[in-house]
Amino acid sequence: MSESTVKARPATESPTPFDVEQVRREFPILTQKVHGKPLVYLDSGATSQKPQRVIDAVSRFYSHENANVHRGVYALAERATAEYERARARVARFLGAADPSEIVFVRGATEALNLVAQTHGRKYVGVGDEILVTAMEHHSNIVPWQMLAQEKGARLVVAPVDDTGVLSLEELERRIGPRTRIVAVTHVSNALGTVNPVRRVVEMAHARGAAVVVDGAQAVPHLPVNVSALGCDFYVFSGHKVFGPTGIGALYGKAARLDAMPPWQGGGDMILSVTFERTLYNRVPYKFEAGTPHAAGAVGLGVALEWFAGLDPAGLHAHEQDLLTYGTERLSSVPGLRLIGTAADKAPVFSFVLDGVHPHDVGTILDREGVAIRAGHHCAQPLMQRFGVPATVRASLALYNTRQEIDALVTALARVREMFR
Amino acid sequence: MSDLEDLYQEVILDHGRNPRNFRIIDGASADAEGLNPLCGDHYHVYLKLEGDRIADLSFQGAGCAISKASASLMTSALRGKTIAEAEDLFQRFHKMVVDGDRSQAENLGKLAVLKGVCDFPTRVKCASLVWHTLHSALQGEHKAVTTE
Repeated sequence: MSESTVKARPATESPTPFDVEQVRREFPILTQKVHGKPLVYLDSGATSQKPQRVIDAVSRFYSHENANVHRGVYALAERATAEYERARARVARFLGAADPSEIVFVRGATEALNLVAQTHGRKYVGVGDEILVTAMEHHSNIVPWQMLAQEKGARLVVAPVDDTGVLSLEELERRIGPRTRIVAVTHVSNALGTVNPVRRVVEMAHARGAAVVVDGAQAVPHLPVNVSALGCDFYVFSGHKVFGPTGIGALYGKAARLDAMPPWQGGGDMILSVTFERTLYNRVPYKFEAGTPHAAGAVGLGVALEWFAGLDPAGLHAHEQDLLTYGTERLSSVPGLRLIGTAADKAPVFSFVLDGVHPHDVGTILDREGVAIRAGHHCAQPLMQRFGVPATVRASLALYNTRQEIDALVTALARVREMFR
Repeated sequence: MSDLEDLYQEVILDHGRNPRNFRIIDGASADAEGLNPLCGDHYHVYLKLEGDRIADLSFQGAGCAISKASASLMTSALRGKTIAEAEDLFQRFHKMVVDGDRSQAENLGKLAVLKGVCDFPTRVKCASLVWHTLHSALQGEHKAVTTE
């Protein structure tokens, strides 16, 4: 059912140089006006916008290929299944997995983390064991482990971050002990933009026999990710944050890990045979895909990843780093603005507070200027507590953003100051 | 006046910056906590009852200008009112900010400055949070209320 080999991209295919205006033309939503002003979308950390080709792929699947996957013997069902499995192979190739069977389709990163906690976690974590997370985790990479720890009588241990929003590797290593079973770490912080040295974390954890779960939700839209090079046991991401549809995401698990895990949800597709006495489970990855999957979403995700991976990686990186540098400079010049998260290695994410104005009020005023940002705790309340703020304003950028849009943000912030003079 | 200026009127900015009744009441007859998990607004409302009359009313906590001004204005407006009068004001206030019935503003005194909130659907919860919290305190429900 699954493609047994991962095809490498042909070496002859050299990408055209990165051109932000050309990229923007792929995204129909970006041309609209909001409150009479051009939309400046700076909330890609919450969800990215979708290129027309992804929207078309989902529509095409429903228009021409729709049937339930892995079930029918007729031509349409075969085509739908082939498309779904092609999408899996595309995800595997995108992440640098050894085989498509290491990719489990899920609803998103949150579901993937819960899956790992409820299967791998429940099997290997016991009384007195420890699960290590970092202080910059999203609630999705805290709560599933907390639930597991409570159920098993295990302990949740937290590795701290410094005042610039950088994870202290020394402090992290000190917290990996003989009872540490799982280290759960984000690749890129959703609230701060910090890029974590995941490979080093993997080395440290593996040296002590702990498995590593990486939350890649915020990393995949910005960094080239290769799970084989990282060496992590599990890597999760959400399709909608990397230009794909909502409701689809992926869990990568090393083949040996996935094989050893008990199934999670029971139902169709995850079985080989069922009697009232006994059920035989399907092989991986199907063992973890109970019920009819979001096949159209998977197809859309596959198209999104192919498109994204086909962009000039050096040009893309240079563009995002330019946005980061320019944005940091411009925002630092705004009176009363304090940036939170100033790591040297960062994705283009600006989290900040403005003297005397609550982020929620900033959000409303910016919206009236067409600027869409997120105001709140970004599902990272422990991190907000660490920095002593109840909430921040977060402008999270993606490859389609421009310097002009950062200017529009700064201009809109001046409007906030006018209102709250 | 733009809808933004209608929302952030001087009175609101003033109450947001210098909230009235921003304190704890020692020996309060009732209190309750209110949370907006979306934006992290977090308030605690305290009240002292004498019979069915609200003798004192105060709040503490953190949040946006709208939620704080709403708390400040509410605690000022309701002192000395009976519980029935407070409930009646809550109904009118609710009609004004949630249902967008601006005619209610005429009978709401200073609370009327919050009428612009109805044009900002995402901010309605900010204005109503402390009212729901007060309601919970009056009902003697000690669990935290949320806007979700």
